Amino acid sequence: MDIASELATELEWMAWTGPTAAFFAGIALILAGMTVWQTVSPTVERRGFLPMPTTRGDRLFIGLLGSAYIHLATVGFTDLNLWIAFGLSLLWMAVVMRFG
Amino acid sequence: MDNRPHDNKAWFLVLPVFLIVAISAIIPLMTVVNYSVQDILGPFQRVFVGTEWFEQVLNDERLHGAFLRQLVFSGCVLLIQIPLGIAIALTLPAKGWRSSLCLVLVALPLLIPWNVVGTIWQLYARPDIGMAGVAVNALGIPYNYTSNAFDAWLTVLIMDVWHWTPLVILLCFAGLRSIPEAFYQAAKIDGASAWAVFRHIQLPKMRRVLTIAILLRFMDSFMIYTEPFVLTGGGPGNATTFLSQFLAQIAVGQFDLGPAAAFSLIYFLVILLLSWVFYTYITHTDREDAR
Repeated sequence: MDIASELATELEWMAWTGPTAAFFAGIALILAGMTVWQTVSPTVERRGFLPMPTTRGDRLFIGLLGSAYIHLATVGFTDLNLWIAFGLSLLWMAVVMRFG
Repeated sequence: MDNRPHDNKAWFLVLPVFLIVAISAIIPLMTVVNYSVQDILGPFQRVFVGTEWFEQVLNDERLHGAFLRQLVFSGCVLLIQIPLGIAIALTLPAKGWRSSLCLVLVALPLLIPWNVVGTIWQLYARPDIGMAGVAVNALGIPYNYTSNAFDAWLTVLIMDVWHWTPLVILLCFAGLRSIPEAFYQAAKIDGASAWAVFRHIQLPKMRRVLTIAILLRFMDSFMIYTEPFVLTGGGPGNATTFLSQFLAQIAVGQFDLGPAAAFSLIYFLVILLLSWVFYTYITHTDREDAR
């Protein structure tokens, strides 16, 4: 049995699916990217349109939390396609990271 | 400019904490996310359903009711426990054996396990044999927490106040004791009133402990489960069915793991958002004041 199949068997109890694996891989990549960015160019606290001064990590957190709520609102209260929610979340994320 | 060389070895010291958090929180959370998009039919039988459980849970009227009850409950808990905790902490003796005795007495409810608290109040508030229940009825006020929704709700609230206000008192007491005597002496020289001392010295100096108290009490009351489960079982009707009980009904009662996982994530996001708003607001105000 190759390593990938063995790992898949070991993690069977976690009930992994393709979309959720992609989601967590995305989060892990974002966090790794932010760590590298922080090492190369440390964040400076600044104030944008958000009502308090924020660091880059703060804005990422606000962006991710907002994205989660955009997805929940789309799923729960509209019939829109989830890709539209994803697009809106990317836009929200970009706006918060740049102007927040 | 800080030109000292940075040593990142300290990160290795926090590695054990990262590992513990990963095993105790992140991996279970990942599993919940995985469950939330599947219909779990058996240990190794499952079907991918996408966002179906989220749609179902978000449009569930029972969830809306439980959420509203929970918000009102947590709001009442904070509105009562924080001022009451501050007021009692201000009246406690500052030092000596009286102070120690008072602290021990005040802390007693915190030592009682949650399910025992529920049992104590179940007996205490019973309208037929309970001391409080009988006394209230003897005063001519009809009270029966087993059949009246308002009475049940009020009993859960009073029970929570009894159980957890001591935590706020202890935190406030610690905050008050950390204020240097010089502040009080200066206020005395200026002829400051007791209210002025409280408003301009004690309250600002207690801000940090109050931040912790508000956060702890909000999160804890928002996740309340054991006490109302033991006291009222969520009833009468759904009067005291809070979010945790609703979740337990789905997960343990009906064994609907998919909807329960979707609900858990929504619950988690709500707590995360509200706690973040509280924390940011209070720390932001703290920093503004420090300038």
